[in-house]
Amino acid sequence: MRLRISHKTTYSYDTPVHYALQQLRLRPRTGHGQTVVEWSTEISGATRQLSFEDQFSNQTDLLLADEGTTHIEVHCEGVVDTTDTAGVIGRHKGFAPLWLFLNETTRTKPGPELRRLAREVSGEDDTLARMHALSTLIYDQVAYDTGTTDSDTTAETALTEGHGVCQDHAHVMIAAARLLGHPARYISGYLLMDGIVEQDASHAWCEVWTDTLGWVGFDVSNRICPDERYVRVATGRDYGDAAPILGIRQGAGSEDLHVTLQVQQ
Amino acid sequence: MTDSKPHFDEMFISEGAPRAPYEPYHNWFAGEDIKHLRRKSAEAEAFFRRIGITFNVYGQEDADERLIPFDIVPRVISAREWSRLERGIEQRVRAINAFLHDIYHRQEILRAGRVPKELIAGNEAFLPEMIGVSPPGGVYTHIVGVDLVRTGPDEFYVLEDNARTPSGVSYMLENRETMLQMFPELFTNMKVRPVSNYPRALRRSLSASAPTCANGKPEVAVLTPGIHNSAYFEHAFLADQMGAELVESTDLRIADGRVTMRTTRGYKPVDVLYRRVDDEYLDPLTFNPESLLGVPGIMDVYRAGGITIANAPGTGIADDKALYSYMPDIVEFYTGERAILQNVPTWRCSEPDSLKYVLDNLADLVVKEVHGSGGYGMLVGPAASKRELAAFTRKLRARPANYIAQPTLALSTVPILTQKGLAPRHVDLRPFVLVSPNKIDITPGGLTRVALKKGSLVVNSSQGGGTKDTWVLGD
Repeated sequence: MRLRISHKTTYSYDTPVHYALQQLRLRPRTGHGQTVVEWSTEISGATRQLSFEDQFSNQTDLLLADEGTTHIEVHCEGVVDTTDTAGVIGRHKGFAPLWLFLNETTRTKPGPELRRLAREVSGEDDTLARMHALSTLIYDQVAYDTGTTDSDTTAETALTEGHGVCQDHAHVMIAAARLLGHPARYISGYLLMDGIVEQDASHAWCEVWTDTLGWVGFDVSNRICPDERYVRVATGRDYGDAAPILGIRQGAGSEDLHVTLQVQQ
Repeated sequence: MTDSKPHFDEMFISEGAPRAPYEPYHNWFAGEDIKHLRRKSAEAEAFFRRIGITFNVYGQEDADERLIPFDIVPRVISAREWSRLERGIEQRVRAINAFLHDIYHRQEILRAGRVPKELIAGNEAFLPEMIGVSPPGGVYTHIVGVDLVRTGPDEFYVLEDNARTPSGVSYMLENRETMLQMFPELFTNMKVRPVSNYPRALRRSLSASAPTCANGKPEVAVLTPGIHNSAYFEHAFLADQMGAELVESTDLRIADGRVTMRTTRGYKPVDVLYRRVDDEYLDPLTFNPESLLGVPGIMDVYRAGGITIANAPGTGIADDKALYSYMPDIVEFYTGERAILQNVPTWRCSEPDSLKYVLDNLADLVVKEVHGSGGYGMLVGPAASKRELAAFTRKLRARPANYIAQPTLALSTVPILTQKGLAPRHVDLRPFVLVSPNKIDITPGGLTRVALKKGSLVVNSSQGGGTKDTWVLGD
């Protein structure tokens, strides 16, 4: 399937920016069932300083805000060909060891609720069946609800309060999988939605390591394993490693964030 | 802590009979008046106070800055003794750099089962942000300060490999400077190898590790957390001696894809940053976001190959106390040779049998925190009260993996000058090692720390230790 993506992120500042940096993880790679046919990133209000591959092989760019700017706009546009692998990503690549994906992070630190959740599926012997059961449980127990959580919300909090967005679903699944001894990682990316072109945020899901199939993706929010409608962009231990944009800014003043996203065939 | 075991006296074979390397010094000393020497010693102290070599003692509120006492009796090491130490240190430092490259890439040593995976996987000193990074020239530890103790004529043990940011080199340099001024005649009688080349060698070594984007003469800068840091004097001193800029966080910013520093002629790229800021505070964009001491974006520039950070972030995994006991294996694994320098026997409290042994013999052992440094949070069994032992027993039971234990070694002594003349005191030695892509350079000498209290084995300056000049003799 050929997917066309246009993703625009705009930051508006109420006072001119003196010094600010932004780290972008917004470039998909070819591989794992996807081929990047073309991809471009246009930036205004800031200047790209450098690019590198981070510890999870994410293609990362560093931007420096143009002095005195009041807007920074990052516009990614491209075409990606995808195939349906039924969620199977397969073998582990890169130098980041598998055990790293077992370590807890601030967002995935387990508490009593996550332990309870993990116990509920611990009866399943087969890893894959156990993860499917886990995904269903999370879908049932954490209602999809925008505006109730933010990027720092922990998995334990989302599960306890019973609502969240795709990011929270992924964090809960990652935390529970790790409790059960399965390496798990966070994926940020894009999803072609049925009959909807205009989206207001990019998507997130998770992948769990199985001894038989290697990495397998689970999108709790949509109750499926990713197929040809998905484009993987960045990965890591949790949102913090794979965030599309991470910034630091000196000085006072507030900022306003606006995202427009179109994913279509 | 005190100790009654027989110990190796580095100066004397028996009373009045000096060992060969000390003979010229001993002859000179015999002709000197003790009172006169005591006056000289007071002069040395005044000199240090004037130039401002002081040391902040953590946890000592009343004294912001304290002078580290200096003893005027030098420690002498023969050419033969030194050459063996040199070979041992070089071997160890090579192994440490090979280990660091491996642990942040393929992790062959874990695959081979020579170091347990758990030791790295659960270790806070392992820095995921370093995974896949190959620093310029392949050097991870540009500066190493290996702590050695001696128990016999040819018995040296490595106590710690300081692979993060070892301090103390300014004392080595100032101690020598002072001795040269006070006792020039001694240096004409004895062939003492100079240490004064260190700053030049450091600059040369750091420059040799510059990234490929550095053109011509690499720009070197020293990053200090600022004037309130306990080692600020050393940061300023080294920058000055090297002819490098001393910078703080606010002097640095990203421009044109590089880390640049503010100069009178605008911002200028830094090729090599000798940073004296810990990893956690180095880059608020990547590590602790609250840090005001670091440079946002420096890790990005580093990963893109635009700067050399000395030492590389994440080197702490090599001098981690939990890994220390594996150092002989690490040396063998990467060099194919047996370790020349010995390790102190170490019990890993994470292992149930070892924990039991440690708890049963606590009063005879030194227990250290795996991540601690500088003598803080350690238990010296023979010197501890019953209450302290009981408190540590509880700590050990609660978090066994947080501790290692070692026997109390019979540390060698070198005399210090007291009111009554020479009196033996326990010492250790920290030689300073410079690593560049094609050379390992060990300054002949180092920092000798001395426990000034009679019988004491704790040499840390924060615990009342002093320093001595260290003389390595030429052939």
